[in-house]
Amino acid sequence: MNLLLAIVIGGLYASALYLMMRRNTVKLIIGLALLGQGTNLLIFTAAGLTRAEPPLIDLETQQPMENFADPLPQALILTAIVIGFAVLAFALVLIHRTHQVIGLEDLDDVKVRE
Amino acid sequence: MKVLLVLPVLIPLMTAGVSLLAFRSRRTQRWLGLAGTSGLLAASVLLLFWVWRDGIQAIQMGNWVAPFGITLVADLFSAIMVALAGIIGFAVAVYSLTSLREARESFHYYPLVNILLTGVCGAFLTGDIFNLYVWFEVMLIASFVLLALGGERDQMRGALKYVAINLISSALFLSALGILYGLTGTLNMADLALRLERKEAPGLLLAVSMLLLVAFGVKAAIFPLFFWLPASYHTPPVAVSALFAGLLTKVGVYALIRVFTLLFLQDTGYTHRIILVLAGFTMLTGVMGAMVQNEFRRILSFHIISQIGYMILGLGLFTLGGLAGSIFYIVHHIIVKTNLFLVSGVAHRLQGSFKLEHLGGLYLNYPALAILFLIPALSLAGVPPLSGFFAKLSLVEAGLAEDHFVIVTIALVVGLMTLYSMTKIWTEAFWKPAPASTSSGAMRHRHPTSLGYLGGEVAPIAGLAALTILIGLGVGPLMTLSTQAAGQLLNRSAYIHAVLENRK
Repeated sequence: MNLLLAIVIGGLYASALYLMMRRNTVKLIIGLALLGQGTNLLIFTAAGLTRAEPPLIDLETQQPMENFADPLPQALILTAIVIGFAVLAFALVLIHRTHQVIGLEDLDDVKVRE
Repeated sequence: MKVLLVLPVLIPLMTAGVSLLAFRSRRTQRWLGLAGTSGLLAASVLLLFWVWRDGIQAIQMGNWVAPFGITLVADLFSAIMVALAGIIGFAVAVYSLTSLREARESFHYYPLVNILLTGVCGAFLTGDIFNLYVWFEVMLIASFVLLALGGERDQMRGALKYVAINLISSALFLSALGILYGLTGTLNMADLALRLERKEAPGLLLAVSMLLLVAFGVKAAIFPLFFWLPASYHTPPVAVSALFAGLLTKVGVYALIRVFTLLFLQDTGYTHRIILVLAGFTMLTGVMGAMVQNEFRRILSFHIISQIGYMILGLGLFTLGGLAGSIFYIVHHIIVKTNLFLVSGVAHRLQGSFKLEHLGGLYLNYPALAILFLIPALSLAGVPPLSGFFAKLSLVEAGLAEDHFVIVTIALVVGLMTLYSMTKIWTEAFWKPAPASTSSGAMRHRHPTSLGYLGGEVAPIAGLAALTILIGLGVGPLMTLSTQAAGQLLNRSAYIHAVLENRK
């Protein structure tokens, strides 16, 4: 499972970087989205995959079950997803607006006039 | 007293919230912006005083015991940075009151500035590395909007680059955090420091530290990663550029210093040598980039880069003197650089251009402004007895003590080249006679004829210039303070103890 996820993460990073270098604003945004997904999966995998109990505590025992899954990475990823979503939404509006103002699609044209 | 640790985050956040509620009234937002930033200034100065008197302070959010919850912690370095954020926030808020156009103000300029300050102060105060990421994002999203607000052509070009590069750097930061958590199972920086000491996975740890170096390096604009800065900083209104120039890159520098003094000390001969080399290249490329520019704010932007080099130079040396020099340099730089941007704004108001060829005769017509420019400009170049001289002196001394002659030579040469750039601005904008027919761009604005009309804009400039002189005159106490702060950075056990004291 770890190997499979590692390959998926590598694929996501690679395609994200490839898309970002395609010099097209829409592809840039898609690349950024993929990069975010790859990162989230990386946190998930690096923190350790366990097939185990949910981290819930019974009323009687007052202690978690043995061999429980770590909930923190999921909280981290949730935070990262929310932030990534907001930032991506902003980036989309930004390229839309950029397109309106300067009619720009090719990133090679984003040179500031001297 | 513990509440002081939360106030620098809480005050701007509350101000932003309340101002957004008053979204219909531009007047209310202006007053709230001013009140919020002055509140932040007061709280941050109190915090600095408190930390200076009683040592490192920490507070656990929600009363979760240390490594499990989020910790806010202020050592002297954090407290100094927060105080600087307070000063710059206040100066820029005052400057904005008169310099911004109404349209921009009514699109929530003041709440955004306050959110930016929330993020900056949060990043300085947090003791949890994932929380640091969150504060970075808070700061970034506010800076994205501030940069793009107004939607002028150049702004959109600058903003697109700025957003893209920052998102990539955030993704790298987050990747590093994921691996780090996998290695250690904790995110609290003090706890991380303890666990990394016992860790023996040098390869992976080195990879994490380099990922963080790149991620923070992008935000701090160090050598190969700085191209976004001169492409974007000269596009928004002057108040926004001044705020960015003073604070944003310094958050990256802060994070670098924090991480490379607290966490990654496994192989300082290797990692800190890399930082030292990067510092040299950053200084050189920045100052050389500035030499060929002919636009007021672009020259200043390139100088930010070269100065970032000085700041991480002290980190690369990794001695008490070096770190003290870095901290002193940051204090000096934030005040001086913000001030120079503000001066460029007044020049623009007076003559309607940032291009040096369209400016001229400022000395003849506005001698007071010329002097207010000269103070930070000479300080930036390192002319005694102003603050920059002592900042450079302490770094050079620290470098010589370690026999790093190459980097010391670079630092001195770059100082000279900085003087050249400042002289260029001086001769072009202030000394040469005003160009006979001001260009069409300049004629669009109706220029105020005397500085008196610009009181609201000149006042913060004068205040910051006075601070620069004050640092130069009172160099002893500030140097002692920086050395104390550097001592705290090097002696990690005090920091770790302050955070984890509850855990027995």
